Amino acid sequence: MVSVRRSTVIDAPIEAVWEILRDFNGHDRWHPAVRRSHLDGGKRTDQVSAVRNFELTEGEHLREQLLSMSDEDHSFRYSMVESDIPLQNYIAEVSLKPVTDGNCTFWSWSSRFETPKGREQELAKLVAEVVYEAGFEAVRSRVTARQPFAQQALQSSSTSAAIANEAALSGMAIGIDRHGGPEEMRPIEVTAAPPGPGEVRLRQTAIGVNYIDVYCRSGYFDLLTPLGVPGMEAVGLVESVGEGVRHLSPGQRAGYACPPVGAYASVRTMSAALVFPIPDDIDDITAAAGLLKGMAAEFLLHRVHQVKKGDVVLIYAPAGGVGRILCQWANNLGATVIGATSSEEKARAARDAGAHHVVLPTDRSLEEQVMEITKEHGADVIFDAVGKDSFDHSVAALATCGHLISFGQASGDIGKRDISSLASKSVTISRPNFGHYTDTPQKIAAITDRLFEAIRRHVITVDVGRQYPLSRAADAHRALEARETTGSSILIPDDYQKGQK
Amino acid sequence: MPSVYTSTVIAAPADRVWSVIRDFNALPDWTEFVVDSRIEEGLPSDKIGCVRAFRLADGGVIRERLLALSDYDYSFSYAILESPMGVENYISTVKLFPITDGGHTFAEWSAEFDCASGREQELIDHIGTNVFLGGLTSLKNRMGG
Repeated sequence: MVSVRRSTVIDAPIEAVWEILRDFNGHDRWHPAVRRSHLDGGKRTDQVSAVRNFELTEGEHLREQLLSMSDEDHSFRYSMVESDIPLQNYIAEVSLKPVTDGNCTFWSWSSRFETPKGREQELAKLVAEVVYEAGFEAVRSRVTARQPFAQQALQSSSTSAAIANEAALSGMAIGIDRHGGPEEMRPIEVTAAPPGPGEVRLRQTAIGVNYIDVYCRSGYFDLLTPLGVPGMEAVGLVESVGEGVRHLSPGQRAGYACPPVGAYASVRTMSAALVFPIPDDIDDITAAAGLLKGMAAEFLLHRVHQVKKGDVVLIYAPAGGVGRILCQWANNLGATVIGATSSEEKARAARDAGAHHVVLPTDRSLEEQVMEITKEHGADVIFDAVGKDSFDHSVAALATCGHLISFGQASGDIGKRDISSLASKSVTISRPNFGHYTDTPQKIAAITDRLFEAIRRHVITVDVGRQYPLSRAADAHRALEARETTGSSILIPDDYQKGQK
Repeated sequence: MPSVYTSTVIAAPADRVWSVIRDFNALPDWTEFVVDSRIEEGLPSDKIGCVRAFRLADGGVIRERLLALSDYDYSFSYAILESPMGVENYISTVKLFPITDGGHTFAEWSAEFDCASGREQELIDHIGTNVFLGGLTSLKNRMGG
């Protein structure tokens, strides 16, 4: 019998840590070793006997059962019922205790298990370091990513908000001197002006990295004029608001996902109409990783087309950022989901995300495969961000009166088309623009309400990838362009990181 | 039944902290409020059932019986037999946990007791702050922070 025990102190109140840990099915939202988690049907996440299915970042699968849970003791126990990793009779306990003289939390994570002979040390080290210690660090960065700043801001808001309002706030950002490679990105000092009428000033705590940021940096998209600051998605604390802003107040957590660029910064002043409050149960990093992709998926599935039970939905790039969320959500809406992708590995990811069928490049065309799967019905709606290479295949794969939603052009511009041929199927085509669905606080509120609810209910999962200091944004871009990333990369402002230590 | 719970982090390894507090007769060594202490009937201080009698700085005398002691769990429990505090059925436990990340110690001191109706909060505050927090703070200082 091997026994492993690891413990740490987290600089946050026990309630904040327990709120994260007690979600037995939520470990994929914070643990770096867990890519995905879902419960066996019919059980709730805090129901004793619930079984969670983990897909690990390394690809292994395991199933664990909740044996006991106590909100009074802040503890739970679980056992492993099935695993690709050879741990037998594995029973573990997570236990939190309050440190009463410091308002922080003692966290102990321990287990006993058996292993194949000779592998005791190796597996004990794996459990201790890759599972427990890495878990400590992930939760630490999540709870402290929203605690200290909130307190600081609240403390100062009554006494010095008026003064802060008058002065420019200094911070750092990533500037681009000229369009080009990641080497053109460098840390610069910036100041955020006091918010004018209708504006808000944010101290940002987590910034999402999206592929569109690479296009802005390289000049492929004409959205950034040097010297400029890239980035379209961030979360932080409202430092102050200008005249006429009523939906935000100082000290509140808030975020945005939209042009104009400028998110790669520790402080920012911008139009308050684009910024919305983040609910307490969605932490900064999850929000920064999921807002842009999640909001896109929300309006594609509910506004551009109202996907309903029984619809046949074809989704390109179902293993990608938006595609994965589209699969999960369309599946939950009761649609028959077909993913179109390029490799067996991505096909697996698509199936995990909820695709009922996957089509891969073969000697038969995409439309032939879709027609066969749907018994010659075709797809009622197609979400296509591939563009040039896929457009004609998409039209051919549509059902009569089908709807093709073209929301991107990864393979190049679609070019000019003759619409008269579309009459053969009464095809509808949409080319939605994110900005038009998110240009008023009312529209944003409707989208984000539904998005946050979907995250809470685990209808969709936000795939958080690596975290980088803001000053190392170039490394995040290099990894993204080298296709080395899984999940959304996050930038954390450096002064904020230091403040946590 | 009123209960009190106080805990802290001590910047020393658990086995070092334990070597100081496991001696049931050592309160004068690591608290500010105990002037002297002896074990009745000449028993060893780690014999389960032994009774310590100690005098407080303010002159009060307290007698407590050792109920449990575990080197494995770094913990001991005791009951008050006699004290000026006016508590009944008072049972307290001190327990240490190693913090593997950094090598320090998480220490907790808790108790449950009965008392005259209306005095609960006063006693909880007194025991939690003056006895437990006071004791843990002086233990921290003794261990060098």
